[in-house]
Amino acid sequence: MASTTVRRESVWRINNWVDAFLVLIRVGALSIIGIGLIAFAAQQMSGEGLTGPQLRDLLVAGVAQGAMYGLIALGYSMVYGVLGFINFAHGEVFMSGAMSGFIVSTVLFERGLWEKNFLLSVAIVLFIAITVSVLATILMERIAYRPLRNSPRLIPLITSIGVSFFMQNAVLGLFGPASKTYPQLPEALSMRRNILGVHIEGTKLLVFVVAAISMAGLWFFVERTKTGKAMRAVAEDKEIASLMGINVDRIIVTTFAIGGAMAGIAGVLWGLLFRGVNFFTGFLPGIKAFTAAVIGGVGNLGGSMAGGLVLGLAENIGPLFVLAPLGVPGVSQLKDAVAFSVLVLVLLFKPKGLFGERLSAEDRA
Amino acid sequence: MSRPIADLDIKKITVTGGSIGLGAILVALVGMFEGLNGRLIISPGFTLGYLFLVAFPFVAGYVTVKEPVLEGIELPERGPRDIAAGALAGLVVGACLIGLIALLQTIDLSEMMPNWRAPLYQFLTINRGYSGGVLALLGISLIFGGLGGALHTLPQLGKRIVSMILQVVLYIAVLEPVVDDLLEGFGLDFVNDLLYEKRGGLKFGSTIALTILAAGTAIAIYRAREKSRSRTEPAPSVFGRLVQQMNGGPRLNSADRRLATTYSLVITVVATVILPFFLGKIVNELLVNVGLFILLALGLNVVVGLAGILDLGYVAFFAVGAYTMAILTSPLSPLFTPEMSFWAALPIVIAAAGIVGVLIGTPVIKMRGDYLAIVTLGFGEIIRILFLSDWLGPIFGGAQGIRKIPGVNIFGANLNGTDPRGIFFLVAAFMSIAIYASWSLERSRLGRAWMAIREDEQVAEAMGINTVTSKLFAFIVGAILASFAGAIFAIKVGSVFPNSFKLLVSIIILVVVIVGGIGNIPGVIVGAVVLIGVLGGPTQPGLLQELSQYKLLVYGALLIFMMLARPEGLVPSAVRNRELHGEEALQDDWLKGDKPTDDKKGAGTV
Repeated sequence: MASTTVRRESVWRINNWVDAFLVLIRVGALSIIGIGLIAFAAQQMSGEGLTGPQLRDLLVAGVAQGAMYGLIALGYSMVYGVLGFINFAHGEVFMSGAMSGFIVSTVLFERGLWEKNFLLSVAIVLFIAITVSVLATILMERIAYRPLRNSPRLIPLITSIGVSFFMQNAVLGLFGPASKTYPQLPEALSMRRNILGVHIEGTKLLVFVVAAISMAGLWFFVERTKTGKAMRAVAEDKEIASLMGINVDRIIVTTFAIGGAMAGIAGVLWGLLFRGVNFFTGFLPGIKAFTAAVIGGVGNLGGSMAGGLVLGLAENIGPLFVLAPLGVPGVSQLKDAVAFSVLVLVLLFKPKGLFGERLSAEDRA
Repeated sequence: MSRPIADLDIKKITVTGGSIGLGAILVALVGMFEGLNGRLIISPGFTLGYLFLVAFPFVAGYVTVKEPVLEGIELPERGPRDIAAGALAGLVVGACLIGLIALLQTIDLSEMMPNWRAPLYQFLTINRGYSGGVLALLGISLIFGGLGGALHTLPQLGKRIVSMILQVVLYIAVLEPVVDDLLEGFGLDFVNDLLYEKRGGLKFGSTIALTILAAGTAIAIYRAREKSRSRTEPAPSVFGRLVQQMNGGPRLNSADRRLATTYSLVITVVATVILPFFLGKIVNELLVNVGLFILLALGLNVVVGLAGILDLGYVAFFAVGAYTMAILTSPLSPLFTPEMSFWAALPIVIAAAGIVGVLIGTPVIKMRGDYLAIVTLGFGEIIRILFLSDWLGPIFGGAQGIRKIPGVNIFGANLNGTDPRGIFFLVAAFMSIAIYASWSLERSRLGRAWMAIREDEQVAEAMGINTVTSKLFAFIVGAILASFAGAIFAIKVGSVFPNSFKLLVSIIILVVVIVGGIGNIPGVIVGAVVLIGVLGGPTQPGLLQELSQYKLLVYGALLIFMMLARPEGLVPSAVRNRELHGEEALQDDWLKGDKPTDDKKGAGTV
């Protein structure tokens, strides 16, 4: 920290001015949120606001969406932790999982297996979607990122923007611009059921269960297996890891692949929950998941999941809690603006996340 | 001694051929072949689609046989082995496409993939049925793969002749609309009739004539070069000396260089003023689009190229320029209708862009480079969503935007969107301001500060550079140049809509800067002319209108390719080139024995 104090002294006045500007933004954002919350509370008291069940639904929807953000965020987080660059195309990996899940589920639906044995068909869909998205990440790493391993940080970022653009438009060309609809879930599963006093739709329950299982699997893999240990070692210091006999290239590919698998799972869940997917599906969830990764602290896997949940809740509740009571019309139009504002504010004021970031030795410097 | 024919690198052939073949399958399924098939380039049936098709085995053959040129290691002598290797690689590509044909015939995926249809099948089998088509495709891929490999076996002069023929024929065939327009403008319609068929495409006879002409020119140029190389005394005229320099002769002295610059400036200015009068509406429109993107790219070049700040929300400044101009001049602006003239509004537009530059720039200035990129992207999207929203609809018109923006009154003329020639002069005027500004900024104290920050921010700071204000100035300059483009865009279209300002625009400008040559003014201009002129902008069509459906795919692929193969761009800046290839150059020098073997590394990294 000594270096920063020296820097502050050297250009004291201008620095102060920039800092003043930042404080102004911070105060502004906090006061908007505060006033909005107060207005919301007043609305609730007067009985005009949301009812109890409405609130609960919003919360459940927020957690379900957040779980998917968390799963995608893991990929950003792991890759940033190991290689120190933002894989901008990770949202498109998610999209490729969602699209391939759509194709497989449509085929299964036409064959009748979807209705007959839903859980088996979801397992098949998940398996193929994971395969496709893992393949996409491995190809991406091999073709676009590995040759740039030692270039300046911004060069792989620009390349990944190109990859993202390319994948979006390739899928657009291959499958057309129309939104693809996942087949309907069997009635027995999608109906609402009462669990611990909360009414949850079956689909959301499925999302929670699959997300929890994947997260547990990932935790086991990273913390309890030899490859996981090697991954942590590579994230800590590539050079020393390679001196310890770890095949760094292989571990980096594994990292990409695992992130891709998680994104593939999230893609299928997204399709099952929201049903419509198209070539552009990956863009916004990708950006939001990146925000989630930063909220949780880049490189921190548990943090990514938590960050996802925080973001999902904030996005579902935020506009109604804060903007609507302030009298802003057309709040649903501003949903994405809210998401981007959260992104901007988090990166500005909490770039190290709520739970602390874990970066490799060279990126920390 | 050339190597024996059997000495083939099977792995390289299959890997190269296979990956290019997979690329060809992707291109086929995206629908690009059929899309380009409508454009005839050489009269009896050779379409742009088939040009693309034969390009795949050709490139596969060429790339497979290509060997890296290493200093100090002599290349093996070329021979029939190379042709065989090329042909085999071409065959692998052909095999991939034949696999696709077989699949197209056996299963029906048209429900999932809109291009899985009969036209693609007919295109790939060249309308000859299954077995005939497969045989034809095999033959084509074998021949063109072999030709690709054979290119390496040619002597220097042969390569020159082939490349000249390909360039002349393809340029004249593919750029038919411009050539047509130009010839008509100069009253040379009869040349048009000589060259092209009525329904488009080069005549077969004229193709042969052009081939002979091109070959002759190539030989003549080669001879002249040899002659001028053997001559030692400097040529009498500046132009002669310039040619000598290009051929590796002595460098021009400063007086000569100044003279050459003046001449080329005068020629450019005269051409810019005169040429539009001879061009039709469509080509003038194209020039306007190119000019707008040159303005935008010059601005982004200051931010990304000079100061090294990756701004992915650059479109925000373009939007602010356009919207400010619209609000100030349009009688239909919802809230505030001062109905100013263009010239009265311009200073306010500049001020607004500068203020937004400061507002967006200040908070992000101390961030890590990659987080900064994402935050600026966020700002860009927020601004677009706000323009689109009902909440601010009473000011900005929401999704309907602002219409009826009047033209520009100048010298008694009214320039507006219906007259692309007039708008082009407007763009050209602003372009020259932008070029002069970025040229002189690059050489100023501020420009050197930017470059120092780009190289190493901490060292720059230690050298006494105020990094915060310097970076902020980069944002402001970029914002003002983009607002020029925005203001002219508003005038040209006559209305502004939020959807003209998507993230897409930022990325296309970034591709233009990177493909052209990051940090280099001529490079950026070349990038805009080539990409926007040929492929087209985000919504504007380019010369290859048939490609417009797939241009975003091409942009994405180009961005990846450039970052991997040529990160310095088509026309690299000298400084940037040293950074990226400094180490290689040092190694080459060391191999040549020019440099002592000390541990000096190349220039640092950003």
